[in-house]
Amino acid sequence: MSSGLLEIDGVSKRFARALTLGERIAGRLGADVETREVRAVERVTLDVAPGETLGLVGESGCGKTTLGRIAAGILPPTSGVIRLAGRPVMSDGSHPRKLTTKVQTVFQDPFASLNPRMRVGEIIAEGPLVHGLVTPAETDRYVAEWLSRVGLDREYARRYPHQFSGGQRQRIAIARALAMQPDLLICDEPVASLDVSIQAQILNLFLRLRRELGLTCLFISHDLGVVRHVSDRVAIMYLGRIVELGPTADIYRDPRHPYTRALLDSVPVLARDGGKRDFKPIEGELPSPLSPPAGCHFHPRCPHAFERCRREAPMLASVAPGRVAACHLNDATASSAA
Amino acid sequence: MTAKLLEVRGLKTYFFTRAGVVKAVDGVDFALARGKVLGLVGESGSGKTVTGFSILGLIDPPGRIVEGSIKLNGQELVNLAPAALRALRGRKIAMVFQDPAMTLNPVLSIGTQMAMAVRAHAGLSKRAALARARDALGRVGIPSPEERLAAFPHQFSGGMRQRVAIAIALLHDPELIVADEPTTALDVSIQGQILFEMRRLTRELGLSLIWITHDLAVVSGLADDMCVMYAGRIVERGPASRVLAQPLHPYTRGLLQSVPGMVAPGGELAQIPGSTPSLLRLPPGCAFRARCDRASAACAAMPDLSPRTTEHDVRCHHPVGLDERTEALA
Amino acid sequence: MSAIGRDALAVPTRERRPLAAFWIEFAENKVALAALAVVVVFVLAALFAPLIAPQDPYDLGKLSLLDARRTPGAVASGGYVHILGTDAAGRDLFSAILYGLRISIQIGLLAGACALALGATFGIVAAYRGGRLEAFIMRLVDLQLSFPPILLALVLVALLGQGRGQLVAALTAAQYAYFARTAHGAASAERRKDYIEAALATPLPGWRIVFKHLLPNCLPPLIVVATVQVAYSIALEATLSFLGLGLPITEPSLGMLIANGFQYMMSGRYWISLYPGVALMVLIVAINLVGDQVRDQLNPRLKR
Repeated sequence: MSSGLLEIDGVSKRFARALTLGERIAGRLGADVETREVRAVERVTLDVAPGETLGLVGESGCGKTTLGRIAAGILPPTSGVIRLAGRPVMSDGSHPRKLTTKVQTVFQDPFASLNPRMRVGEIIAEGPLVHGLVTPAETDRYVAEWLSRVGLDREYARRYPHQFSGGQRQRIAIARALAMQPDLLICDEPVASLDVSIQAQILNLFLRLRRELGLTCLFISHDLGVVRHVSDRVAIMYLGRIVELGPTADIYRDPRHPYTRALLDSVPVLARDGGKRDFKPIEGELPSPLSPPAGCHFHPRCPHAFERCRREAPMLASVAPGRVAACHLNDATASSAA
Repeated sequence: MTAKLLEVRGLKTYFFTRAGVVKAVDGVDFALARGKVLGLVGESGSGKTVTGFSILGLIDPPGRIVEGSIKLNGQELVNLAPAALRALRGRKIAMVFQDPAMTLNPVLSIGTQMAMAVRAHAGLSKRAALARARDALGRVGIPSPEERLAAFPHQFSGGMRQRVAIAIALLHDPELIVADEPTTALDVSIQGQILFEMRRLTRELGLSLIWITHDLAVVSGLADDMCVMYAGRIVERGPASRVLAQPLHPYTRGLLQSVPGMVAPGGELAQIPGSTPSLLRLPPGCAFRARCDRASAACAAMPDLSPRTTEHDVRCHHPVGLDERTEALA
Repeated sequence: MSAIGRDALAVPTRERRPLAAFWIEFAENKVALAALAVVVVFVLAALFAPLIAPQDPYDLGKLSLLDARRTPGAVASGGYVHILGTDAAGRDLFSAILYGLRISIQIGLLAGACALALGATFGIVAAYRGGRLEAFIMRLVDLQLSFPPILLALVLVALLGQGRGQLVAALTAAQYAYFARTAHGAASAERRKDYIEAALATPLPGWRIVFKHLLPNCLPPLIVVATVQVAYSIALEATLSFLGLGLPITEPSLGMLIANGFQYMMSGRYWISLYPGVALMVLIVAINLVGDQVRDQLNPRLKR
């Protein structure tokens, strides 16, 4: 029984291209036509406890962005449900709508996530005004407060987004999200487009605000270093499935899934001692999400794959208290350790 | 003193825009020896990409190389006639761009494009050109190159496309490859593969490489020497291992400390306040002054790039001292 | 100031207000500037027609058949010089042209504005809602685009009858599809952008997203289409009037003046058709030139 603030319960998302008229006719006539579908997210179940930051890590095609959008209430899942404090985030039916304002998102691209035709003050105030969080009379004061909280001058409310740098725009985006007073903040690659020095500023801002406001966060990123810095727990995704989940420090120290280990090994290391580290890449290409390998998705690239891996997809199983991993190798060690 | 493969002296590339003159590169000097890898490091607006483009003569109006010299094997590249420059490009120097879409024509098969590239500089028959293309694909680690020749760019993944772009760069055995952030847009695991291949190629072929990036970890693993650029100038220059272990310039030090991983998780990252000044309105004196915690009145005058130890140069009036360095980075 | 305050050291760029910058760039193209001057002159002339025109061409009482077909420069019974001559009914051509311009510009602008409002709404809503609604609207638009607008306008005028309102309605219906298609293209591109996702994520109501977020960002291409379509509306109205299907004879627009003078073209009284024709042509060309410059200026911005 989960007591998480955010419950991702058996969520799957499939993108299918509907058959064209021609293909449907061909199908009727007996041709072998299959619907091409992408399983962006497969049966993901996750909880984010109140006050914790859960990192979601993976490479392109792993489904983390899609999952983030589903959790944000922008995209309805194909199956499964997202709940915030026990209540569904999106409505049912043919035109699902987002039901709550308590989940807000900070998007990746600071240049595209702000309406270029609106002033910064209007951008921040729009949501709260529409949802009655603030009265029109209080708007200016409210906006000024949030601007200074993210480290921007209150005068900037009158300016347009294109007059700001990437880092400043991301601050505005953070102010916009937090002005809605959410309980859960979803950050979708918030620092990926920023220079390293600006990235540090924004991460520090994020950590400070998280502490001050007691935020719960879902932090999506491909950058292992950044995720390690901000997350309490981390989930590693590969081709739509979670392959490992647990406390950040433990996973980075002692990964229990070959993909996690290979990923950690393949990241170039900044050597401060004057030495040179070898590059240890993962073999093989990322498979296309249109035709993922059977059984364990990772088996073609896994140095330890064996027969079972080709046939059977491993389930997430406990490898230590509070840690799960989806790998057949762990069964062997678990049973031998028992 | 062996002759350098590439010598850049006093390079200045300005862009004459409607809003004013953008001094993208404002006096850059460095040299690259044969068979070595140079990392050109900087954030956006530092001028690193424009430097790379300048070396290849790819600066279009309103941009122009206003001053300086770029010598490849003693031959001056600045103001070289377009025809001569074209003959060099692809043959002696090649470029790999951040976005492989800039190199690959989407409507031609890989084999066709590579054969065209081969025959642009060497009068080979179509079959011989394709054979060379196939070898190049094999060299960058593309499996079953024979079949891949018939494929189109959209049938390749991002990492594969970048490998093809590198293969094209290698077709004529150039002496120098300039790579502009070729792995920035790629996944971490694919980046690892490309870096691995590049290291192998530089060793096997004695290839000289200029690797433009903002990622210090990549430079750490790949480069022999590095230059750190800020606001159009080089602020620190020296062997990569030395610069990264003992940075002299406050900006370099700040960059190193900003990387998560240098500090305990959850802790405050040492951040460089402010942001890069607009290249349209550079303040007089040291461009980093406004963001530097070591700045003083002396910084109103632009410091020169001067050597501190053998081969380690820095452009700063108050470079980080030895004792401070070891303290701060512990 | 706290350490966080120092972060925002880089002051946002203080640049010229976009309108001023637009105007400065516009003024650099001398041809476009001249064209704009012509348009302004015409609009002012049309606006102040009652004050400038020596004769009110609608006042049938003032007309005298004795004045008919006078050459340009002749002095007539009214006591003033007919600068451009008179037409077959004795109307001073200069006055008639001024009033005709008035009609042309009025109807052209009104039809353009209505077509813009209608077309943009259709196109943007279609792009936003997607699915069946989008398919339905855009097929309708495609269907309409395959008809020559003149044909459509003719049929509508025949159905609706003569009169200003009917004319504007017919012209609007004939042209909204161009706006709809452009708006749909622009809105489809904008729809994918993060700021729309952010609006959906707040969540903001649909109509707000369409009118406050999508529409303002789709304006540049719509403005370009609008300038072209206003010129086209003027031409279309003139065509309809030429064919006798525009406004009633008592309110002669430029097209009708041309039509009236047609029979005299070969018999030496060329001025009756020529001058209204020239006025019409100059107006349309000037508007198109302005529109060209507007399009060139807005385009590179779109790529930014």
